[in-house]
Amino acid sequence: MKRRAFASAALLGMLAAPAWGQQSIKIGFISTFSGPQAAIGQDMRRSVELAVEHLGGKMAGKPIEVIFEDDQFKPEVGKQKSEKLVQQDKVNFVGGYIWSNVLLASLKTVTDEGDTILISSNAGPSRIAGDLCNPNFFSTSWQNDQTPSAMGQYVQDKGIKKVYLVSANYAAGKDMLSGFKHTFKGEIVGEDLTKWPDQLDFSAELSKIRAAKPDAVFVFFPGAHGVQFLSQYAQTGLKGTIPLYTAFVIDALSLPQLKDLALGVPGAQSWVNDLPNEQNKRFVADFKKKYGTYPSFYGAQSYDTIMLIASAVEGVKGNIGDMVKLRAELTKANFKSVRGDFKFNNNHFPIQNFYIQETVKDAEGKFTLKTVGVAMKDAKDAYGDKCRMK
Amino acid sequence: MTLLIEQLLNGIQLGLLMFLLAAGLTLVFGIMDLVNLAHGSLYMFGAYFCASFSAWTGSFVVGALLALPAALLLGVLVEVVVVRKLYRRDHLDHVLATFGLILIANDLVRLVWGPDGRRIPLPAWLSQPIRLTPDLPYPAYRFAVILVGAAVALLLYWLVGRTRTGMWIRAGASNRTMIGALGVNVEALFTLVFGLGAVLAALAGLMAAPIVTVSIGMGDNILILAFVIIVIGGIGSIKGAFIAAMVVGMIDTVGRAFLPDLLKSFLSVAAANTAAPAISSMMIYLLMAGVLVWRPTGLFGARS
Repeated sequence: MKRRAFASAALLGMLAAPAWGQQSIKIGFISTFSGPQAAIGQDMRRSVELAVEHLGGKMAGKPIEVIFEDDQFKPEVGKQKSEKLVQQDKVNFVGGYIWSNVLLASLKTVTDEGDTILISSNAGPSRIAGDLCNPNFFSTSWQNDQTPSAMGQYVQDKGIKKVYLVSANYAAGKDMLSGFKHTFKGEIVGEDLTKWPDQLDFSAELSKIRAAKPDAVFVFFPGAHGVQFLSQYAQTGLKGTIPLYTAFVIDALSLPQLKDLALGVPGAQSWVNDLPNEQNKRFVADFKKKYGTYPSFYGAQSYDTIMLIASAVEGVKGNIGDMVKLRAELTKANFKSVRGDFKFNNNHFPIQNFYIQETVKDAEGKFTLKTVGVAMKDAKDAYGDKCRMK
Repeated sequence: MTLLIEQLLNGIQLGLLMFLLAAGLTLVFGIMDLVNLAHGSLYMFGAYFCASFSAWTGSFVVGALLALPAALLLGVLVEVVVVRKLYRRDHLDHVLATFGLILIANDLVRLVWGPDGRRIPLPAWLSQPIRLTPDLPYPAYRFAVILVGAAVALLLYWLVGRTRTGMWIRAGASNRTMIGALGVNVEALFTLVFGLGAVLAALAGLMAAPIVTVSIGMGDNILILAFVIIVIGGIGSIKGAFIAAMVVGMIDTVGRAFLPDLLKSFLSVAAANTAAPAISSMMIYLLMAGVLVWRPTGLFGARS
């Protein structure tokens, strides 16, 4: 009996390591796969799986192994799962991270490991771009301030004078407001930070907006919160009277719920599904074919995370033990991004374009997003100077 | 001035919603001495039932009216199958068992309805503002919530205070053994109370649904607030739950609405912006701590 147990354990061990001597490229991926924000995690996971499929399941001839972990939308859980990935699974890369507070809690766990690279597929808190910048950290998204800065520029260029700001009270929400203020030079007539993530009822804030009589409102609420803000904005009768400008409110995931509520509400983003480059066309077409819906920017950035890893692994010819060379290859960003080519800033955040997008209906009558202009070209984030890496 | 009135209405609306949730909880806790953590799951099921029924019938109002009897059935089912076995156990067992019910409920919803949130579309006449006075527009739906919430509160007041069933319920809250000895069918009374609590929770859930998304675990956060309310109001007291819910709703709204400006008058703008959201989310708990020091049984507690 004992011998049989031993034999099956050995067999299991062999199954887990499919080819002796040929070690796989292990990638951990942290996102939210449960609760009200699970739709974002699903979109990211689908994009990662599509990227692996496009790579033929291999990087530099070695098999790719992706381990997904659910942060449950909580910083402490995200940190535990990051620990599990680096210490127990011994992954070579950790990607993902939707939320800035989850990423901040997990950062040191991953980067201090020494031989693990962290690539944020979404969150970009200002501290990681500045004083907490790290040679083992890369981003395939943006620094939090940048997207709202692009929107601030757009609002400024429109000649709007008085703006009311509403955002969520956590790391990213605060970055969003300071980003908007970098570029918008008019008067801020009011500013609200709402309880995150519990608050979904914005009655008090909406009443204040009406009383403050601004020319426009700028808002940041990712995922389910954005859907609620927009529908309550309409119920209060503010839609159509005070124009709304957004960052991370309207995307491919919220549109099926928002429908016409999203019409006429512009947003800013560094990637839009209609960007005219070959790899993006392939990504969007194959995603739609495989899953029947449009990918979101969360997915596009996750796809880029896998492609960036692939470019570096190919660059070091699969020898990922050499961290100096591996980091040098990552820094080159030598891959075809779905947003078009980009370079890394000294703090490993992309230098890239930001676009203004609006909601339209496609040929099949589905709601989707369309690029209507470039708000910022080759934009660098504002925190590179505070980062010690040169 | 209109801003103040508008914010007061917002506070009343939030308070009434929380009252509906807390009323059921306080009845179950006070009369049956059962700590029911799964009360928030009944709130969630109310919202999901309403989402399905309104998608099926094409009308939010009809969907809501169908969701209530469905919630009653669910409540009675849960009482008969699970909760009934818990009365003789102690509170720790209640917490463990009903926490298990939360996990089951969340996974059940994921199986049946999927992981994505759902929006319940409102009919046109509810999704626009109405003018209460010429310069005071107010969202029609929120006003409707106030009307329905107030009507249900009055109905409960009549039911508990003026009817024979209400008399048993009140007697049950004060002395359970005695009403059993007086020949009241305690088992049936408990099933009734639990079902009534389920309907009230479901009503709160389905009325909150168009304002907050219908999503898995939507009742888990608000349940904490409901517990705060019944502790402040006094366990088992409908009147206490009503007053505490109104106070909590008002404090929450007023804190969000006016605290930042108040703090700005003596702090820097940046400091006020950081402190205000933190303080306003703490105020409810400070209130609870204060009430507990002053009156350990709550404002209208029937017993400690």
